[in-house]
Amino acid sequence: MSQYTEIVENGLWKQNPGVVQLLGLCPTLAVTTSVVNGVSLGLATALVMAASNGAVSPVRKLVPAEIRVPVFILVIAALVTVIDLAIHGFAEPLHKVLGIFIPLIVVNCIVLARVESFAAKNPPAPAILDGFMMGLGLTFVLGVLGGMRELIGKGTLFSGLDLAFGPSFKPYVLTVISDYHGFLLAILPPGAFLGLACLIAFRNWAGTRAPKATQAGGPLKPAH
Amino acid sequence: MPETIIKHATKTALTLIAFALVFTALLVYIFQITKVPIEKSEAAARLALFRQIVPASMHDNDILKDTLTIAPNDLLGNTQPSIANRARINNAPAAVILEAIAHDGYSGDIKLLIAIKYDGEISGVRVLTHKETPGLGDYIDIAKGDWIKLFDAESLTKTSDGKLAEDKWKVKKDGGQFDYMAGATITPRAVVKAVHKALKYFEANKDALFV
Repeated sequence: MSQYTEIVENGLWKQNPGVVQLLGLCPTLAVTTSVVNGVSLGLATALVMAASNGAVSPVRKLVPAEIRVPVFILVIAALVTVIDLAIHGFAEPLHKVLGIFIPLIVVNCIVLARVESFAAKNPPAPAILDGFMMGLGLTFVLGVLGGMRELIGKGTLFSGLDLAFGPSFKPYVLTVISDYHGFLLAILPPGAFLGLACLIAFRNWAGTRAPKATQAGGPLKPAH
Repeated sequence: MPETIIKHATKTALTLIAFALVFTALLVYIFQITKVPIEKSEAAARLALFRQIVPASMHDNDILKDTLTIAPNDLLGNTQPSIANRARINNAPAAVILEAIAHDGYSGDIKLLIAIKYDGEISGVRVLTHKETPGLGDYIDIAKGDWIKLFDAESLTKTSDGKLAEDKWKVKKDGGQFDYMAGATITPRAVVKAVHKALKYFEANKDALFV
């Protein structure tokens, strides 16, 4: 099972989409104004990535090389629409939070990148795991970045949790710094760039310190 | 060899068509089975929004179905026809919910939902969509603050503090009666102006709205 361990390790750390591959920056930068937003989009992306990898992998030998990209995009767009419709129809409260983000996933190139570079060359089981783990790696980065921006920008953590899961979750919204007037820069787009830069710097620093991580690929040399 | 090229191209095209057909069929199927649940949950969400500004005690009709299409009007700030929902009790007019757009927000249009009782008093106002600065101008949104509730029970004629009715429909900075947050005056100014204009529209078209 070492292949699976490697897939998990790649998704979460070595080839983390958010801070190593630097793919899918559009949603990373746009929606991470709070933990709840970041994690919500991250989980939706993980779901789409697992589904699209799982859909492409079984038919990978039927797709001629010349038209593989259009076919992959077709599959991803269809699956995103299916998930969007399903959430809208059967989980309305979740759709309120995720609704505007789900169509964004179609244009997230990390999805196409994993289909193209992994699912098109591997059997379904590892492909699904790869999609999901890459998605979780992205979720982790989005959550941390969202937390940083929310804490510095508004002085709270997990705000919006009550809107996502009902009023009973209101007590979990933490006001870390009370009577805080906010630091608007962190919420505005520049804050996303600065925060992400700090995270990438931390990832590279941690990667160079741990000699094990430098063996496969190395933290400074993204695979794509 | 041209023949093999044609053969190859045909095969490639057919594969793409096959994929397009399969996934289009999948989309059609999913669209069909989610259509009714989506309509239901959208209606429920819309009713929940209406409930915030028109309480159940204010009507006994189906507020979602009792609609009127209103032609575009400068006072409502729209260029497209909009839908007004009407609340009635025993068929007598009780309130109307209007959509209005403020064009002079800090960034982009602010879409408002304004419920006005038949006597001209505001039942409630909610912001539908806006692009105001997060953390600064977005306190007009009920999710971020209670500011929008300042409009509750206001009207064109009521003069609680003795001022002329026309004068009080401004933010405090401009000599009116509406509070605002320092540093973000443009946003509440736009909202106050839009609500004021919507009230004027209601006053002028009151009876036509309940036909």
